[in-house]
Amino acid sequence: MAVAERTIGTSPPRKEDPELITGQARYTDDLTMPGMLHMVVVRSPFAHARIKGVDASKALAMDGVVAVYTGADLAADWAGPLLMAWAVSEDLKNPPHWPLTKDEARHQGDGVAVVLATSRAAAKDAAEAVEVDYEPLPVVVDMEAALADGAPLVHEDQGTNKAYTWSLKNGDVDAVFAAAPVVVKERYVIQRAIPTAIETRAVIADPSPAMGEYTLWSATQIPHIVRVAMVVATGIPESKLRVIAPRVGGGFGSKLQVYAEEALCLLVAKKLGRPVKWVEERSENYLATHHGRDQIQVAELAADEQGKIRGFRFNIMVNMGAYLMIITPGTPLLGAFVYCGCYGGDAYEVNFTGVFTNTTPTDAYRGAGRPEATYAIERIIEALARKVGKDPVEIRRLNFLPAFTEPTPMPGGLSIDSGNYDATLDQALELAGYDQLRKEQQVRRERGDTKQIGIGLSTYLEMCGLAPSRVLKALNYAAGGWDAATIRLSPTGKVQVIAGTSPHGQGHATTFAQIVADDLGIPFDDIEVITGDTTLAPLGMDTYGSRSIAIGGVAVHRAAMKIVEKTRRIAAHELEVSDEDLDYASGTFSVKGAPDRAKTVPGLAWSAWTAHDLPDGMEPGLEETAVYDAANFVFPYGAHICAVEVDTETGQVDILKYVAVDDVGVVINPQIVDGQVAGGVIQGIAEALFEEAVYSDDGQLLTASLTNYEVPAASDVPSIVIGRGPELPSTTNELGVKGVGETGTIASPPAVINAVIDALSHLGVTDVPRPASPENVWRTIRSTRGGDGR
Amino acid sequence: MIPAAFDYEVAESTDHAVQLLGEHGDDAKLLAGGHSLLPLMKLRLARPSVLIDIGGLSDLAYIKDAGDHVEIGALTRMCDIAASDLLRRHCGLIAEAAGQVGDPQVRHRATIGGSLAHGDPASDPPVALLTVDAELVVRGPGGERTVPASGFFTNFFETALGPQDLLTSVRVPKLAAGTGWSYQKFHRRAIDWAIVGVAALVERDDGTVKRAAVGLTNMATTPLRSAGVESALAGRPASAEAFAEAAAHAPEGTNPPSDTNASAEYRTALSSILVRRALEAAVA
Repeated sequence: MAVAERTIGTSPPRKEDPELITGQARYTDDLTMPGMLHMVVVRSPFAHARIKGVDASKALAMDGVVAVYTGADLAADWAGPLLMAWAVSEDLKNPPHWPLTKDEARHQGDGVAVVLATSRAAAKDAAEAVEVDYEPLPVVVDMEAALADGAPLVHEDQGTNKAYTWSLKNGDVDAVFAAAPVVVKERYVIQRAIPTAIETRAVIADPSPAMGEYTLWSATQIPHIVRVAMVVATGIPESKLRVIAPRVGGGFGSKLQVYAEEALCLLVAKKLGRPVKWVEERSENYLATHHGRDQIQVAELAADEQGKIRGFRFNIMVNMGAYLMIITPGTPLLGAFVYCGCYGGDAYEVNFTGVFTNTTPTDAYRGAGRPEATYAIERIIEALARKVGKDPVEIRRLNFLPAFTEPTPMPGGLSIDSGNYDATLDQALELAGYDQLRKEQQVRRERGDTKQIGIGLSTYLEMCGLAPSRVLKALNYAAGGWDAATIRLSPTGKVQVIAGTSPHGQGHATTFAQIVADDLGIPFDDIEVITGDTTLAPLGMDTYGSRSIAIGGVAVHRAAMKIVEKTRRIAAHELEVSDEDLDYASGTFSVKGAPDRAKTVPGLAWSAWTAHDLPDGMEPGLEETAVYDAANFVFPYGAHICAVEVDTETGQVDILKYVAVDDVGVVINPQIVDGQVAGGVIQGIAEALFEEAVYSDDGQLLTASLTNYEVPAASDVPSIVIGRGPELPSTTNELGVKGVGETGTIASPPAVINAVIDALSHLGVTDVPRPASPENVWRTIRSTRGGDGR
Repeated sequence: MIPAAFDYEVAESTDHAVQLLGEHGDDAKLLAGGHSLLPLMKLRLARPSVLIDIGGLSDLAYIKDAGDHVEIGALTRMCDIAASDLLRRHCGLIAEAAGQVGDPQVRHRATIGGSLAHGDPASDPPVALLTVDAELVVRGPGGERTVPASGFFTNFFETALGPQDLLTSVRVPKLAAGTGWSYQKFHRRAIDWAIVGVAALVERDDGTVKRAAVGLTNMATTPLRSAGVESALAGRPASAEAFAEAAAHAPEGTNPPSDTNASAEYRTALSSILVRRALEAAVA
């Protein structure tokens, strides 16, 4: 019997693509319901203001307007505030976050009222006619100012803008620093970023008043978590609420959130007994969807004279924005363990201080804590290199943890699954043509060219596959980190894979089908994957933190192996041999020593369905569920090298070459992995060179549209040269997979910034602000060269 | 992204467009490619009560040789101007600047007339047309008149067009043989408006600058000619040294904006660098 070809490691055409390429995919805004109303949110134009009154009479008199509700109007209807799921510390302040504020607006865009009308245009017109009497209050947007004595308070009743403090300490850090002959200390500002998914958020709540049931469509990454959170906010029981994430156009963490508008649509649909739709505009998205990053870091390394690291110490301020959303305080903790990167050392300390400001709340953004950690360590290690007179490659090799293929402890306190840091660096240097680049750099230096070359490295270690439930408990996160899959075979041997992770661009349908195709020997085209619906796929923890393959994919594999075990028993029964007498490969059971006597999984599915002759006591049908809770994280790592050309007159930075070598363990679908790497790197390049959310002192977001929030386009970024390193299988799971959704965003910003600094190092430049925009680079050059920059 | 309510009229001819403008006056806006007006309307920063759609007036979409000049109809798309052999032959600067606008999708919709009438000092084609001393042909209630580009841009998003005027074409003088030109657009993303742009023409006579024209994008409330640079160059040798000296005059008479992309100080510094580079490129 022919053995089915393995699909793992190949890139079959993606199952998702036909409807995407032809424009037939249905996103939330493509859906409509009979009798549907449209909701528009009236938002505060002020960053901080008392709401003295709302006059909706003009709005209510307009054609098509059905209702206007203020925060006060709905106050009694809520079962609770919006969910905050990560109380990281005892001292955490968690002021209630209501879907509409009742008393004060605390950031520009804070929701004050909602307008319901029979068309979107009518709702929009009426929202303009709602008159809100605001009394502006003092505003604080800067973290350091917010912690100063006498600062305006974002939440007066909390008595402070300090949201929390959290510490992680391994070893005697103070003693190590006191004894170290070399200490380097630098301060880095990680600017605020706006995730900018192509699809803005959108929600439809569809009530069945007679049945007391609700369906909520939402452009979310987390339908399962939203369902639980809606119980908290609205009191609608889970048994009466179905949440569907239809096609979702990107998230990057911004849709790993429970939002006011989901609760508002449900509540208003309940009150009015009609479907309610809300679709976010882009400028509204920039105010009302959470932001990311925004840290001030003080990084320190203690080392010996050679530059061998002894101790790590990081003190970090994190901007929470005006409220704590689902994991706002916990987001930096997701990086807390990898501030050591892939380097060894004896002592390790990370301290976070969360700070409230009158800005849009922050929360997870692609990488969530790990890009910030990676930036800090990959910048400070270059400062150490400069201090001890080593080049960036040499300092890294000196400090790499040795190669290993079994779990190994690291300074951050976790145990890493597998790694060979020299191997990824070797490959990256080779792909980059590192020596040639250094020669070219030297030639331009000597010629005094206007355009100088710089080369930047980032050899990173991250942790993903969120997350072992026991670790989450230890960190005081409210939920678990397992995921689930069910595999169901039809009588004719077609397969449904029902998965608990919820895609929004990652290619779950393709990747999961490949795993099942190989496990069961069933053609890729005969496998459908069902996700993103709490009724069809009731068990799940959704998609974020590069968990869909490392957790969800393993659950799929385990469910498939349960199918194998059941069909093995049926095959043995039909072939009249014992289970142990069967070999299994690619969907075929054959008798040991008599390979012609064989049964295949599709045929056995028919047997399971007819149930005419099953082993005694076996239930008919072929359907198995697996729930997988990992014992450890997975730890992708790699080496990125960026070569830039910097115009020393204008400050313009062009990327000449970008090499990303990422060891993400076993690769299921190379094309999808390449796409994740390239997309992630480009999003990181955007942070390094282009994007910055800028607030005025009075809390106005000055970059509230795509015209001035500088998301780069294809023409502005390089092609990414991709390598995979040694592809060491993860020891955390039996598929050997690691996550790849965030590696690029984690690794790339320091590679780019280190390159810009390197290009200007002959001028004495050791720091450049993020983003390294032309003006920021120009100012950096001017500050070191007295203005002429030539 | 839903504009305030408006009425919509379709102009059947140039005369009809002028007649409709007469009927609706100040409350009306002409809709050509829509790539400046519609975004402003969707953000509700512009709220015309009537849109007069002139997009169907195909007789205003042309590029033709008119003897000493090339005439471009007001409804000609940027992509057609960028690709025009006629313009590349006789005044390549205009084609180059049109090819720098936005991205290919934008250039396939946006029109030269709309760009000029919008009066955006950050836009590329107006500066190029100002630099080559183009003439604009306007149809109004009193008939047809021409306005020199130098008299067209009056203030920030304001032009010499009256509420009942329709811009119908642009007359681009053919450059003298041997005139070099360059458009230097400095921006962070390819789709962006210029942080600073510089259009330069250099006409040489035996190694000497016979005539130089330099225009600045986004350095004031209107597109700007740099008289300081031009006069500093006249009669000087076309040398790197002379260009650098002249470029130092670029900030004269400017009033650049400060925004999240660049401060006025940075724009000022860029203007000199880009003028020097534009002059060098023009003679290269």
